[in-house]
Amino acid sequence: MIKVQGVSKSYNSLKAVNELSLEIKEEENLILLGASGCGKTTTLKMINCLIKPDQGQIFINGKNIQDQSPIDLRRNIGYVLQNNGLFPHYSVAQNIAIVPHLLKWDKKRIETRVDELLEKLHLPNSYRSRYPHELSGGQQQRVGIARALAAHPPILLMDEPFGALDNVTRTKIQEEFKALDELKRKTIVMVTHDVQEAFTLGNQICLMDKGAVVQIGKPWDLLFKPSHSLVTSFLQEQRLQLEFKTILLAALWPWLPTADQTDNHITLSSQSTLWDALERLQQNKTETLQIVDHKKEAKTAGFEQLMSAIYRYKKTIVT
Amino acid sequence: MNEQQQTLWHFMWQQADKLLVQTLQHIGLTFISLLIAVLLGLPLGILIARNRNLSGIVLGTVGILQTIPSIALLGFLIPVLGIGAKPAIVALFLYALLPIIRNTYTGITGINPTVKEAAIALGLNKQQLLLQVELPLAMPVILAGIRTATVINVGVATLASYIAAGGLGEFIFGGISLNNTNMILGGAIPAALLALLFDFLLSRLQKLNIKTLNRTTLAMPVLLILLSLLYFVPAAYGTKLVAGFTPEFMGRQDGNVGLERIYGLKIHTVVINDAVMYKAAYEKQLDVISGYSTDGRLKAYDLVVLKDDKGIFPPYYAAPIVRNQALEKFPSLEKTLNLLVGKINDSVMTDLNYRVDHLHQSPERVAHDFLKAHGLWRERGGKKNGTVRLGSKIFGEQYILASLYSQLIKGFTDYDVVAKTGLGGTKICFDALMNDQIDLYPEYTGTGLLAILKPPQQTIDSLGGDKDKTFAYVKDQFEKKYGISWLKPIGFNNAYALMMRKQQAETFHIETISNLKEYLKNQ
Repeated sequence: MIKVQGVSKSYNSLKAVNELSLEIKEEENLILLGASGCGKTTTLKMINCLIKPDQGQIFINGKNIQDQSPIDLRRNIGYVLQNNGLFPHYSVAQNIAIVPHLLKWDKKRIETRVDELLEKLHLPNSYRSRYPHELSGGQQQRVGIARALAAHPPILLMDEPFGALDNVTRTKIQEEFKALDELKRKTIVMVTHDVQEAFTLGNQICLMDKGAVVQIGKPWDLLFKPSHSLVTSFLQEQRLQLEFKTILLAALWPWLPTADQTDNHITLSSQSTLWDALERLQQNKTETLQIVDHKKEAKTAGFEQLMSAIYRYKKTIVT
Repeated sequence: MNEQQQTLWHFMWQQADKLLVQTLQHIGLTFISLLIAVLLGLPLGILIARNRNLSGIVLGTVGILQTIPSIALLGFLIPVLGIGAKPAIVALFLYALLPIIRNTYTGITGINPTVKEAAIALGLNKQQLLLQVELPLAMPVILAGIRTATVINVGVATLASYIAAGGLGEFIFGGISLNNTNMILGGAIPAALLALLFDFLLSRLQKLNIKTLNRTTLAMPVLLILLSLLYFVPAAYGTKLVAGFTPEFMGRQDGNVGLERIYGLKIHTVVINDAVMYKAAYEKQLDVISGYSTDGRLKAYDLVVLKDDKGIFPPYYAAPIVRNQALEKFPSLEKTLNLLVGKINDSVMTDLNYRVDHLHQSPERVAHDFLKAHGLWRERGGKKNGTVRLGSKIFGEQYILASLYSQLIKGFTDYDVVAKTGLGGTKICFDALMNDQIDLYPEYTGTGLLAILKPPQQTIDSLGGDKDKTFAYVKDQFEKKYGISWLKPIGFNNAYALMMRKQQAETFHIETISNLKEYLKNQ
């Protein structure tokens, strides 16, 4: 859907992006991950022509974006910024309606769409006429997302969308974001330096350094098939948590004990992550969980069994 | 204080019609120039906000314009635009430009870059970005600039009266010339109130909700235009000839007031500063002006003095006034000073002034040439026996007289001379004389009468403008009151006079003020 080919961009003598190529498939959720200054934001902004590359091409649906009017291009790409970038002189409803307005939707259609988005983003309808400065940071960011989604763009670009929020709000919005049905069918490119966020929200992660791609792949690949020592070191600090969040219970299946007959078990799908399972144990203060796979086969595991399973699972990968 | 207030109100009430006209002109001048400044400054501000490498040049140029003193700026504009509303509006416009351009620029460049980036990323085109984001968000800052410009303009517009553009400056500068506090306040208080009023109204506009601002910003240009039109409301009662009088002349009994009362002269009059008046007459922007009968510019610009056939202008014969102690201390002083008596009439003095003011010859050289031509030049003697301290006021004719006296004293006596020239106005010279800081200076009978003695109106009327009676009266009073002697008048009369271009006066056969009145009546 989006194809970036040999793109470079320099500021003065500094190469922000250096012959970068990548491809983002339809409905994929790609995270551009990296330390600040690695060129991830520059790459993102080149996709909607906010920055013009010095060389290289970018194609969207096979069409070179240089051949299109940037205005039309941008109206079909949703954009969410770290500091929301809401128009301070527009009400919440007006902010959400900016692009539909530019596209000359009729009034009724705009109103319906605003109502719909407010509901989906858990904003009370009474906020319509409020101004951005009257909202909390989390609410502002929800309006920012609503604004980006308003005209049903097939592509959504997000520049550190949750970076300015406090931890509690961030986790909450991330969860809401994940659950948002509208996003399921969108191609999303998101920039972040937060490894946890990348692993929570992305189904593809592109780790960047010095304007180039270090590795692009599924979270699992980055963890267990690193292409470069940089990848390992970047993930090192939170490695255990990341592994737990990435590994599905289904992967541990062979090493989990078969279900016993006791009732009173909490049941979990085998598509849940190890992290989910541990959280459940913690939250419900129980010793064991019942895990069910798609064939309705069940297994029972407690903390110790899970730990032992992961230990063995990892051994199989290393070899 | 109470009395002062009452008379101020009395003055304002009496002059209500003039005050109204001046106020309307003042508002008009302020807003015409403001309107032009907004029309030009706003797009320019937007332009340099877009092309920031231009901002240095534009803001620098406008900033330099701002530093030119307002009087000097008017001076620069007169040769190009003449006198009247045009140069005043241009000057005010130039002053209003800086705050408007700068605030537009600052307002737009100061917008949160994230908001601007968001606007671009959402797909607003340049025009939409400007109208929907940049201007609304910069509006409070832009309005602050317009507010500053308005207040500056209300202030600077008082100077418009220097160049016959009207406004409240007529009262202010008239009052200063006449030392009339009520008149100064009559102009200054309304001007200050105007500044406060507009400042307040614009501050309200600034605080309005940004949303409603859109509507008010539309109303603004309309309001600006309406206010600008006020300038044209006081439609001048047109006569064929236009008179330009100094603010001082306008308010004096022996000036315009007397012309109206005694001659019944009705002429379309503008107020103008003395410095540009003669030239304006020469350039046919004015037809009749109030000048001084011995002014060198009379000759330079080929003007003639109209005869004051009803004698409303009191005589201003020049004579040295000397402390009595000085006359005793320097016995040969009086005789020496009197050498000049009868040697200089009006036209001779005009010629001497012309050489100094227009040919830029030094007063010493002019005095030297004059004395040589009249056989009064002598080498200075050797032995010195005391020093005479000589004073003069701060204009050409006084410098010439001081030089003449200085050279005479050096040549004909054994005294040395110290000249303390350029002592400002009458008051400074006279105080210096009274305080024994100088021994003598040249003074005019009319000044002695009206500015120093200030006798009651009846006494002035009883003198009837007669030159001998006036001289006798001031001589007598100065002797009695101050112990100061008036020596014999030199012979020329530097009085107020109405003057016209020689050619025009001849064409219309106007020789006297009565002729002028008849001519105007027949139009």
